[in-house]
Amino acid sequence: MDRRKFLSRVTIGLSAAIAALVGVPILGYLIAPLFEREQDTYVAVGETTKFQPGTTTLVQFDDPSPLAWAGQTAKTALWVRGVSESSFQVFNVNCTHLGCPVDWRSQAKLFLCPCHGGVYYEDGTVAGGPPPRPLFEREWRVDAGKLMVKTQRLPTAGGGAP
Amino acid sequence: MNRLVRAIGRWLGLRLELEDSVGAVLTHPVPAALGGPVGWWYVFGSATLAMFIVQVVTGVGLAMTYVPAPNSAYESLQFISGQATLGGVVRGIHYFGAGAMVVLVLVHMTQVFLFGSYKFPREANWMSGSLLLLATLAMAFTGQLLRWDQDAFWSIVVAAEQAARAPVIGGFLATLVVAGQNVGGATLTRFYATHVFLIPAAIFGLLGVHIYLVVKRGISEPPVPGERVDTRTYLARYKELLRRGIPFYPDAAVRDAVVSFVAVLIVIVLAVIAGAPMLGKPPDPTIIVADPRPDWYFIGYFALLAVIPKGLESIVIIGLPALAFGFLFLLPLIRPRGERHVSRRPMATAAVGLGVLVYGAFTAAGFASSWVPVSTEGASLPAAVVGGLGPQEAAGARLFVQKDCFACHQIGGAGGRRGPALGDVAARLSHDQIVTTILDGKGQAMPSFAGAFTPQDLADLVAFLETRRGP
Repeated sequence: MDRRKFLSRVTIGLSAAIAALVGVPILGYLIAPLFEREQDTYVAVGETTKFQPGTTTLVQFDDPSPLAWAGQTAKTALWVRGVSESSFQVFNVNCTHLGCPVDWRSQAKLFLCPCHGGVYYEDGTVAGGPPPRPLFEREWRVDAGKLMVKTQRLPTAGGGAP
Repeated sequence: MNRLVRAIGRWLGLRLELEDSVGAVLTHPVPAALGGPVGWWYVFGSATLAMFIVQVVTGVGLAMTYVPAPNSAYESLQFISGQATLGGVVRGIHYFGAGAMVVLVLVHMTQVFLFGSYKFPREANWMSGSLLLLATLAMAFTGQLLRWDQDAFWSIVVAAEQAARAPVIGGFLATLVVAGQNVGGATLTRFYATHVFLIPAAIFGLLGVHIYLVVKRGISEPPVPGERVDTRTYLARYKELLRRGIPFYPDAAVRDAVVSFVAVLIVIVLAVIAGAPMLGKPPDPTIIVADPRPDWYFIGYFALLAVIPKGLESIVIIGLPALAFGFLFLLPLIRPRGERHVSRRPMATAAVGLGVLVYGAFTAAGFASSWVPVSTEGASLPAAVVGGLGPQEAAGARLFVQKDCFACHQIGGAGGRRGPALGDVAARLSHDQIVTTILDGKGQAMPSFAGAFTPQDLADLVAFLETRRGP
């Protein structure tokens, strides 16, 4: 190897090393959300007596560990259907087509989606429109007369579904 | 005074070596034909650049006041739009400028395509340009999200849901889009940094390449029918053409200036008259009554999502854009030679015409959104329909609205258009068919209402529907 070739290799090598030294931490910082542990906590959404059989109610709770500047976005809404005195269905509000919020129409007993017209029955099964699967349900349990709902990531039809 | 200015100009020109850089670029030779009427076709790239500068300037201005934090962004936008001096105008310019960017980029590309200017030796001009189109659309989309109202919030959810449909890495992509488990504290700052740093950096870099190539490769001469691009002879012929060329500035640049001025003027007049775009409801995920819509140039794509056949969603959402962009990007490699004039390329004209028609139709469909149930809050059937009904039929007419039949079906010109109009339903269906359709549902769109009706309510509704015999 002659002197010029050597100098050229050192220059390119050091430049690549600089890129790697800076690149590794910044890339790690940027994709950090991928390594976040799933939250696995239950939050209370109300007394079970609030969710009478045959009713479907909108509940909301705050993210148990929000960023201080999250504001309104720390809130989550869910639909709770009373199936019996001690049995419930807890639905994500997100339409399984593309995630828009479905609205409960108590007279028609249907969930309607405003984006592309997805329709679901009260038990979350698809009644019409483009949704590929029933509404996503959340795990729940009853604790001292309160309905507790599991916190969860945004459910998606394409992947990452619970 | 004039002499002083000229003296300063000479001094700076020499010290900064402007003659060989800026001077050479400005006066680089372009085909002489561009001095004629055909030169008016060559203006859209410059107009796009002018609009980009408008966006940079107004964007920097907005960034001085906008607070990219989820708990303050909405309020800071209200402040910019309502209270800040000229804030509404600046936001308005940025908003209409964004729409103008999208339009101008597409018009520019269409012109280059129809003139066959993407062919040899300007393949890389086109390819860098198609990347700039992608960047422009990304800017338009991320910009809408920074509006941080209800539409923006749900648009991010929709974006994440679409990203999630990518094969294998979908889940990761969705997580990166929302920057966590849910749209929340970490999401907006990322979109902000992407919109004001990442994509603009890419645009500046690509613009550098694009404009360098335009100057060095030279502006394409107007196409002549029968004159085919031959990779062996083109360069020599073009060089010969430029020998008789005219300087870009001012001979050709004056047209660019005229059209850029008109484009910017239109944007500013719109901004002054219409002001900043209205903010929707706050980005509160617990406000369920929402009607998320993207800005007008994405409405066609939004409509496409509604009509994808079941089971093909992932293919269309991920595959179609990837395929369309891949084709656009690689077009000059597929067709580097041959006829340039549009009269010899009927397929090119057909492709543009078809594209405009199809996207126009999807856009119209998106604005109509006939697949979306209409709100029944406070709605009622017109007096012409309910007048003169007996008590049972009148009760049925009220149920028609209450039970959301109205949301999807029209009677007397009122109601949704998701399902067929029912003004003549009794003429088409028998009593039993009406009952069966309500109880069992029909096809993909009509749900079963068996659980929603008492026998009495059903009898009332059917009695009302049986009075509907004419349109």
